[in-house]
Amino acid sequence: MSAWEPVIGLEIHAQLATKSKIFSGSATAYGAPPNAQANLVDLGYPGVLPVLNAEAVRMAVKLGLAINARIATHSVFARKNYFYPDLPKGYQISQYELPIVAKGVIDIVLEDGSTKRIGVTRAHLEEDAGKSLHEGLPGLTGIDLNRAGTPLVEIVSEPEMRSAKEAVAYMKKVHTLVRYLEICDGNMQEGSFRCDANVSVRRAGESKFGTRAEIKNLNSFRFVERAINYEIGRQIELIESGGAVVQETRLYDPDKGETRPMRSKEEANDYRYFPDPDLLPVELEEAFIEAVRASLPELPDHKAARFSAQYALSAYDAGVLIASRELAAYYEEVVAAAPQDPKLAANWVMGELAAALNKENLDVSCGKLSAAHLAGLLRRIGDGTISGKIAKEVFEAMWSGGVSADAVIESKGLRQITDSAAIERAIDEVMAKHPSQLADYCAGKDKLFGFFVGQVMKATSGKANPAQLNELLRRKLSG
Amino acid sequence: MDDFHNSTLRQLAAGLRARKFSSVELVGAFLERIERHQAALNAFISVTRSQALEAAREADRSLASGAGGALTGVPIAHKDLFCTKGVRTTCGSRMLENFISPYDATVVAKLRSAGAVMLGKTNMDEFAMGSSNETSYYGPVRNPWNPALVPGGSSGGSAAAVAARLVPVATATDTGGSIRQPAALCGITGLKPTYGRVSRYGMVAFASSLDQGGVLTTNAADAALLLREMAGFDANDSTSVDVAVPDYLAALGSPLKGLKIGLLREFFDQGLDAENERQVREALRVFESLGARLVEVSLPHLPLSVPVYYVVAPAECSSNLARFDGVRFGHRCENPRDLNDMYRRSRGEGFGAEVKRRIMTGTYVLSAGYYDAYYLKAQRVRSLINADFSRAFESVDVLLGPTTPTPAFAIGAKTADPITMYLNDIYTIGANLAGLPAISVPCGFVQDLPVGLQIVGPHFSEARVLNAAHAFQEATDWHTRAPAGYA
Repeated sequence: MSAWEPVIGLEIHAQLATKSKIFSGSATAYGAPPNAQANLVDLGYPGVLPVLNAEAVRMAVKLGLAINARIATHSVFARKNYFYPDLPKGYQISQYELPIVAKGVIDIVLEDGSTKRIGVTRAHLEEDAGKSLHEGLPGLTGIDLNRAGTPLVEIVSEPEMRSAKEAVAYMKKVHTLVRYLEICDGNMQEGSFRCDANVSVRRAGESKFGTRAEIKNLNSFRFVERAINYEIGRQIELIESGGAVVQETRLYDPDKGETRPMRSKEEANDYRYFPDPDLLPVELEEAFIEAVRASLPELPDHKAARFSAQYALSAYDAGVLIASRELAAYYEEVVAAAPQDPKLAANWVMGELAAALNKENLDVSCGKLSAAHLAGLLRRIGDGTISGKIAKEVFEAMWSGGVSADAVIESKGLRQITDSAAIERAIDEVMAKHPSQLADYCAGKDKLFGFFVGQVMKATSGKANPAQLNELLRRKLSG
Repeated sequence: MDDFHNSTLRQLAAGLRARKFSSVELVGAFLERIERHQAALNAFISVTRSQALEAAREADRSLASGAGGALTGVPIAHKDLFCTKGVRTTCGSRMLENFISPYDATVVAKLRSAGAVMLGKTNMDEFAMGSSNETSYYGPVRNPWNPALVPGGSSGGSAAAVAARLVPVATATDTGGSIRQPAALCGITGLKPTYGRVSRYGMVAFASSLDQGGVLTTNAADAALLLREMAGFDANDSTSVDVAVPDYLAALGSPLKGLKIGLLREFFDQGLDAENERQVREALRVFESLGARLVEVSLPHLPLSVPVYYVVAPAECSSNLARFDGVRFGHRCENPRDLNDMYRRSRGEGFGAEVKRRIMTGTYVLSAGYYDAYYLKAQRVRSLINADFSRAFESVDVLLGPTTPTPAFAIGAKTADPITMYLNDIYTIGANLAGLPAISVPCGFVQDLPVGLQIVGPHFSEARVLNAAHAFQEATDWHTRAPAGYA
């Protein structure tokens, strides 16, 4: 296995979050009844003409600037010709020789913590096709053109990834980026963010690429990883058993966990690309590009570096917190209201909060637990009102009740006992209740110290200040 | 008043406004002429009698109330590739035999809002591919000057209808000469505006970078009026240009003194019929007598325009016509076995031979391995032709020459040899490749058949081109001649 090196490139399709389609005024909202969002332009009626949506152009420029790419001041739409029932005009309007974005870079963090730079060959604008429906239509095919004409940006990477994990890291990075830029909702179930993976293998040290297979339409990070790994294994096995990889398009079957051929290049279409005479070349002025640049939000890489520095977080923690703009904003809101311990805040956001959100399949922006409330909890931990352990109980009550930490602490009487006399009294009672354990401890069974801590905690409903308890108990037991 | 058909568009519009006659009377008279001559000429694919009379009544109401636009109540016909809401739009093809457009082309909507009353949709070469109107699924159109001859194409129906005075004016489109060539062959006036001057929205596309809507009329002043009402920027057509539309009609009448006219050496070549040439040279003397100065100019790459055109236009058409797949509209074959069978038979049955020939040519020139040698090379030569024109217009105001090499030819004479047919557009294609405005006006007769003179101007110089044509028509009477039996 180590004698082989996989070579992977990704073509990511991100659906742009414009309100209307790329060449028509139809809405792009997901889930409308079939063909309710298809006007004459989307239907490819005789005589209709495309008109470019300026917002789609602005979004593509945003992406290009965010990956330090070259923005073309002159780009051209081309027709990609092929027949398919869900392709109403018989051609897809895309960009071919002159894309709007070229030569960008995306940095990914590898498992060992090092950074790897992946080249982005190009990113171009194009329209999506519709879809064919078969369910409930025996012997017939239905055509839904709601999606036809939805704006996409196709982001093509260099073949610079060397493992499925790198590919996933790259795809996640792009996913984060497009959501930061607010140019794509990133919804993978609805197909707003999907990719094709080009996979080949070669002997380690070989400089020439092997023959590649293209795995189409992967719409989850898990599928990307599994499909690539399967494909790598398949190709190596094939070559080692004397066969050769065929250049072809394959589909990943998530149920079987395997890829299988869709069509081979020999029978592939000759798309007969040529510049679309219905659309003028897109000419961008520097002032426009600069205005878009000025509108860019703080980008993920910059934010991660700032979090590490400003909040003394590890690169890992910073990376998790900046994964979405909403999560990062939430974290910063918490820290602003409870600035004593940013690391503690990070632990809570990434730990309890993330787990609770995950369990209910919610997003941080759902508002179920406000940053102010979580900060309130952290303040009570910080000032010793409650212990970390009690804090988890308080958190649960806050989560389910939507109330502040102080309200929970008051109503449940969870305030930590810091009165030494009270703790001593509890210790005395426990010692009196367990004479045999006390005798064993005195005889040298040191392990029983924990037993006494537990019993006192139980007696105080966990409210005894742990540090004080330890201190007092040790004194008593040795006294 | 039964002299409606010998009146100009302007006279009819003025008569309506003065309430000398009603739109219902006018429309009724022209409908009657259309119906009387339909069998002989086959100029129309659809005649919309009831809608026309309804629109005429509406126009009369509007005229009675003192409202109404420049064209309120005047009859018009549209080439059957302009989409007309609720009225079938066939493009001369079986493919669209039952296609009823759900919307109006911009040109149709503009003319309607200016008050024009549509009488019907005119016959044409299938998908505007042809120079003789013989490729129409609905049968050939006959030339009113001689029913054994073609009227030219692809706007043969519009041209024959105007020449036979079945309608005062008609819309048309010109991709390689489809307005000017039939205008010449039918003895009328045909203007192809600058590419981008008239919206292409709702015009069924043949070759998008060349197609341009325009007008067929009996005289240049009517063309000026009609163009004024249909030109202008359209947000639905990205290739339409946002340049103000002058009042072309008001701009007529400037003297030609000092006008520098370039005679295109390449237009007076050995392919030009000697009799035809004589008529054109006669016309040149008229311009000289009006004070214009003639200079010979050469556009060295112009002879390449036919081969360039027959790469670019088929390439674009092969893609433009892909939407006719039997899925959403248009002809669908009976009982398709599977998807490919449906595509193959629907398109096989729906398209005629010339359309198929061009789709195949276009598919070929765009194919991997041929794209550079054909499509790309053609585009480069197209740029050279554009540059030739630009250079010429640095020294002359307009270019002048014949519209066609010969007068009208016999039906069936050229159908067996596409190349001979294609060469009929040799003088007209250049203006399409360069996107220039060009007009054809009648300038004489050869053996009782009309001959056309072509005037080409720089981009957006329609006013200048129309003025030159109008001045010529003020000095001559060729444009007033109607074919026998139609006067």
